[in-house]
Amino acid sequence: MSTASPVEVDPGLATTPEHDDLTVLSSPWVTIVWNDPVNLMSYVTFVFQKHFGYAKKKAEKLMMEVHEDGRSVVSSGTREEMERDVQAMHEYGLWATMSKSE
Amino acid sequence: MTTGFTWHRRSRRAIATFTGFEADLLRSLAGQLVELLRNEAATVDERDPFEALMDFSGPTAPPEDPVLARLFPTAYPDDEEAAAEFRRFTEGSLRDGKARAASEVIDALEEAGLPPLLEEDGLMIDVELDEAAAMTWLRCFADVRLALATRLGVEEGDEEMWYSLPDDDPRSQAHDIYEWVAYIQETLVRALPV
Repeated sequence: MSTASPVEVDPGLATTPEHDDLTVLSSPWVTIVWNDPVNLMSYVTFVFQKHFGYAKKKAEKLMMEVHEDGRSVVSSGTREEMERDVQAMHEYGLWATMSKSE
Repeated sequence: MTTGFTWHRRSRRAIATFTGFEADLLRSLAGQLVELLRNEAATVDERDPFEALMDFSGPTAPPEDPVLARLFPTAYPDDEEAAAEFRRFTEGSLRDGKARAASEVIDALEEAGLPPLLEEDGLMIDVELDEAAAMTWLRCFADVRLALATRLGVEEGDEEMWYSLPDDDPRSQAHDIYEWVAYIQETLVRALPV
């Protein structure tokens, strides 16, 4: 990812309950967002907040995973749900794929 | 030179002032995107010709143009058939959505006073976007930057290389524009309430 200016990490004023980890385990499909050298860190965080309704802290954590590990699982659910998420990510210009969760 | 977008609380709008030159540049970038999205025909698939003709709902193979391939990534990397199906059902509407977003940016700039042909000096263009329009602009900036970066061959951590190019190198100028759009996009992301 890229930055237009130094990244300000907001210590997370708003926190909402995290996704239930059990849901992730029992969900058959996942949406993966991959790192690209173009999209701004702030924009990727914003998209995760806007589309998934994640709190800023969680959105930033996922964004950093994408940035540092090259990819991050950003959502999980049924195949249809993940197809909608992947399509939405493509609408925003993020590089997203889906696969069966391991 | 523009300082990008700020959020105006009372009117709940993202506002920015561009010079005529800057507005004209944004229009030209958005215009190129529209042209690419609308003109580059979707890749023809290689199934039975009759079957392919009878199934005209959408493309099944990734676009050949690298910019379009980046804008419409393959959703299922390990399943060609599912990837083709996904593309058939989504690429058309994704293309339309992206082309529409870029057209809306052009329309907004012209409604804000950018003439069809920019001739006068000293023209300033004030843009005021409600939240929905601002989201459209954000997505358009992302697409424009992806297009420029793909054409330029931008890679992770290659900033030094770009800065070391001589000023008169056309790639250096194109990269400056790419970074300028990044700057405006960044100000818009920060301006918007989540």
